[in-house]
Amino acid sequence: MENPENIIVVKNLVKRYGDFTANDNLCFEVRKGEIFGFLGANGAGKTTAIRILCGLSYPTSGKINVAGFDAYTQRELIKRNIGYMSQKFSLYDDLTIAENIRFYAGIYGLSQKVIKSRTNQLLHRLGMEEIRNRLIRDVPLGWKQKLAFSVAIFHNPAVVFLDEPTGGVDPVTRRQFWEMINEAAEEGITVFVTTHYMDEAEYCDRVSIMVDGKIAALDTPQNLKKSYKTSDMNGVFLTLARGE
Amino acid sequence: MKRYWGFVVKEFYHIFRDFRTLLILFGIPVAQILIFGFVVSNEIRNIKISILDLSGDEITQKVSSKILAGEYFELHSYLSGYDQIESTFRTGNVKEVIIFEPGFSQNLGKTGKASLRIVSDASDANTGRLIATYTEGIVMSYVRESMDETANIPFTIESRPRMFFNQGMKGVYMFVPGTMAMILMLISALMTSISITREKEMGTMEVLLASPLKPVQIIFGKVTPYIGLAFVNAIIILILSYFVFKLPINGSMLLLLLETILYITLALSLGIFISTVAKNQQMAMFISMLALLLPTILLSGFIFPIENMPKILQWLSVIMPPRWFIVILKNIMLKGTGILFVWKETLILLGMTVVFIGLSVKRFKIRLE
Repeated sequence: MENPENIIVVKNLVKRYGDFTANDNLCFEVRKGEIFGFLGANGAGKTTAIRILCGLSYPTSGKINVAGFDAYTQRELIKRNIGYMSQKFSLYDDLTIAENIRFYAGIYGLSQKVIKSRTNQLLHRLGMEEIRNRLIRDVPLGWKQKLAFSVAIFHNPAVVFLDEPTGGVDPVTRRQFWEMINEAAEEGITVFVTTHYMDEAEYCDRVSIMVDGKIAALDTPQNLKKSYKTSDMNGVFLTLARGE
Repeated sequence: MKRYWGFVVKEFYHIFRDFRTLLILFGIPVAQILIFGFVVSNEIRNIKISILDLSGDEITQKVSSKILAGEYFELHSYLSGYDQIESTFRTGNVKEVIIFEPGFSQNLGKTGKASLRIVSDASDANTGRLIATYTEGIVMSYVRESMDETANIPFTIESRPRMFFNQGMKGVYMFVPGTMAMILMLISALMTSISITREKEMGTMEVLLASPLKPVQIIFGKVTPYIGLAFVNAIIILILSYFVFKLPINGSMLLLLLETILYITLALSLGIFISTVAKNQQMAMFISMLALLLPTILLSGFIFPIENMPKILQWLSVIMPPRWFIVILKNIMLKGTGILFVWKETLILLGMTVVFIGLSVKRFKIRLE
């Protein structure tokens, strides 16, 4: 890695499924500690890219480095140093809040002692101490979402990948959720987040917009709005998407 | 190792918190074994018969009571003429009529020969033949006994068929090993394939794959509890068959249990394989039922003898794991033979296990692409 400030370095990433090119020559860097928004319409190739960065899928070609490790040869080390939250919030319905935390913390190899004290801290911060033994299926969606995020960063990863983390949640809860994301970033965790919601793009430090497998734009929200001469990110997005 | 145990514990939570899973795991096996043991067995028990005794002497009464003495037959009615026979069968309750010719004991005394006719309801051909054979057997044994008493009539040939390893021609002996093979296959393969596809559906599989856990660790973590539970199931089946159906275990218990573990592992690897093919729980269930349950019942020799199948089906039955396991079970339990007699079948099961685990690992990796 040339610049130690870059936690994710992607050069010429290509991913093909047969004739279809899902990711066409992506190049970008993500800086340590920033909130990086990864935007694009459905089918633009966001999920494909995020899966490759998380080691869930192999790239066809290109150079990818995550948290200082190579995506081809050091996938295990990458996985140790990242957190991942999927769009489905991915907690076990038939396990309690505390059991879910213990299970996910356990597979990252944290010791019982650490798990116990951090779980207490976390539940205290979320105000969920009283319902720690409640099954996830009885917990409201908004709480589930916060919990899923907390579980994804429970082991203090260098980067956390959030794949459309705010789907199906009301605006107030989304707002609260972004506060949590900000807190995590302040603690030094790099946040890589995909979303459809253009208002959320405003919360990001930098934003990349994917159109048809390519990165069409990458800058801070302010600069993007300036160069596309619109007042909000929605305008930027529509211009890019129609510009094809 | 610690991570692995965390995984196993989590898996047990899933199982024990889901009433349906528990029911499938423990309710179905017990119900199946009892149903197959009691109902579907082709054993003769409490068959209703009628007797047309045209002679009515001492010997015919002795023969009659001898036939009715066991638990095989019970008396429905005494008939008084030939014309009643057909109407008796028409009622459907009576499966057999025994006819003693007039002057039965006189004929026997004079010529040493008397005629007894056995008419059985052959609308169910197998049962009909079986009933007739049983009756014949009882009559023969009467003849033999009375000869021993008098000892002055020359010994005649006894025609009673004798069944090796299943002297009472007990259906249960055939059905319990088959049912056990079927249940273990179904439970193990069905439950693992469902529980893995459920993680896929819920999206948790993705999170697991994005974690430092290796795919192999995930699979083993998920499968371990089912090995344990399927083994408990096997024990329950053995205990039931031993105490309820008096099925003997003549061979080595240790060998039997080891073979059972091998078979369970094979079934589980099949389940893993199915889960790599199936996209969701419904599909996993469908494949397990269609690809495992039906062939197990039809092609494993469980119900229909393999020798009687057309050649093509005989070839197909070769790739059915239960076929080999049933042979092993019958050998160990009924014949009491050791590994020397079942090493070939054991090797086949072992080979199948290796193949399916290999295929699953390969498919699991492809899925990651």
